[in-house]
Amino acid sequence: MTESLSDSLALIGRHLRHLARVPERLLSVTLMPVMYVIVFGFLFGSAMQVEGGDYREYIMAGIFAQVMLANLQTTAVGVVDDLRNGLVDRFRSLPMSRYAVLIGRTVSDLLLSSIAVVVMAVVGYLIGWRVHTGVGNIVAAFGLLLLLGLGAAWLGALLGLSLRNVEAVSAVMSMVMMPLTFLSSAFIPPSGLPGWLQAITVWNPLSSVVEAVRQLFGNPSSVGDSSFPALHPVPVAMVLVAAMIALAMPLAARRYRTASAR
Amino acid sequence: MDIAIQAEGLRKRYGGKQAKDALNGVDLSVPAGTIFGLLGPNGAGKTTIVRILATLLSADSGEAGVAGFDVRRQPKEVRRRIGLTGQYAAVDERLTGRENLRLIGTLYHLGRSATRVRADELLEQLDLTDAADRPVKTYSGGMRRRLDLAASLIAEPPVLFLDEPTTGLDLTSRLTLWEVIRGQVRGGATVLLTTQYLEEADQLADRIAVLNNGGVIAEGTPDELKDRVGDDRLRVTAASAKDVIELTKVLSRFSGDEPLVDEERRTVSVSMTEGVRGIATVATELAEAGIPVADFQLSRPSMDEVFLSLTGDAPQPVAEGAVA
Repeated sequence: MTESLSDSLALIGRHLRHLARVPERLLSVTLMPVMYVIVFGFLFGSAMQVEGGDYREYIMAGIFAQVMLANLQTTAVGVVDDLRNGLVDRFRSLPMSRYAVLIGRTVSDLLLSSIAVVVMAVVGYLIGWRVHTGVGNIVAAFGLLLLLGLGAAWLGALLGLSLRNVEAVSAVMSMVMMPLTFLSSAFIPPSGLPGWLQAITVWNPLSSVVEAVRQLFGNPSSVGDSSFPALHPVPVAMVLVAAMIALAMPLAARRYRTASAR
Repeated sequence: MDIAIQAEGLRKRYGGKQAKDALNGVDLSVPAGTIFGLLGPNGAGKTTIVRILATLLSADSGEAGVAGFDVRRQPKEVRRRIGLTGQYAAVDERLTGRENLRLIGTLYHLGRSATRVRADELLEQLDLTDAADRPVKTYSGGMRRRLDLAASLIAEPPVLFLDEPTTGLDLTSRLTLWEVIRGQVRGGATVLLTTQYLEEADQLADRIAVLNNGGVIAEGTPDELKDRVGDDRLRVTAASAKDVIELTKVLSRFSGDEPLVDEERRTVSVSMTEGVRGIATVATELAEAGIPVADFQLSRPSMDEVFLSLTGDAPQPVAEGAVA
């Protein structure tokens, strides 16, 4: 156990060194979401109407969730890199903890997206985003986002270890990410959509997480209909995210045990 | 003598459409403190054997033990005692050479100060001290391979697996690597080395197993293998390329088997049973046929010739800059 911890810390250290060496990476990770905050919140904010509040407050949870979900790709690509250049072989031949390589990778990716979330929160505050709840709820909201990021990272690790090449990862990502984010309530209130599209949007797991975060922040939400996930976003989101982690972690660890580049 | 690496009846078949046996029952036994060479063309199963012995891949059947531990049942004990250098330099491009070695030392659980001391020693030994604090992405191919070897030596493992450690290296880097490998063996380590360079196996290995299509087709010391090919060989190099065909015709009259022709080097070789008397006759014939000769020698079979006669197939085309 202590060995797992020290091995994981050594590998987190490896990724932090990468970050120190390529600080542009930090910029590219934070710049995109900050642009989203400014474009969606500031520019579209005046044109978009949301029931019971401001679109600027509505959009923030959606962008936070999108950033966390992006770990799916970040982690997958990182894992493929390590697999391709032989580092996974090297690590697997060492007397080290089996989980450490994936823990090191997922935790440091999560750290990076957390930094992005902090920067976005500051920019969001500057353009008028406010939270209207107590400390407990705010902690729960960020906690939920962190768990989403962790789940996405482990799912990404599983994806990378299974697909084993960057092109395949990108292809899968572009097929999954667009519908997942745009057919959710992340950016658009589902109430304005035609019936069948509204149903898809409300039952999209990402919508549950985003709605839960909105509710916890006290931001305007967009209860699409009276379906179960729309009425109980917080417990539904918690269960979804927990299930994602509980599934992805052991599966990715199992893949890792027999991982090879070919 | 202790046996450091032992394998019995290793079989492996990869899935997929064109599934074929990668290994069809390989037995190996490597005494401690020796260098064992696995020689064979691409796809012969060399890397598969190394991956099984280094606990990266499990065999479909068969037993294997490394440093006294079973690779299947005690993988962690095996991993504590091995170093692996794969076909690609498995180092982190964005870290410096020193950081790479320290990371690997930490993951072997060597302890902080031991890791630092050992990393510095290896950087020195592999001639990387000047580049130690530069990111590896600025390194040349040869430097990366040397760093990769250093990484596999950091815990001073009693058993080393080197999978084509010098492929694509220039001569200087190759000689440095050879020297380091020999040094490890003098210090008591056991080395299992795969190579596509026949000369490398000849130079380094105490024993060689020749692998083809997933099976060992011959095993022995380099000399024993050469004996299996039989007699000494006469090699004649024509002075000009246009005479090679004529030269081949003349030499084929003096030997029972087919002459081996190396067009690029304009060299033809045949087995020669009659010793000096045969040589004299050949020399006279060549002079009468009017073929100018650049070089003329009688010697033991080369590893290329051993390989050719064992596999009945041309050896791997050797990459540029190969050891001559």
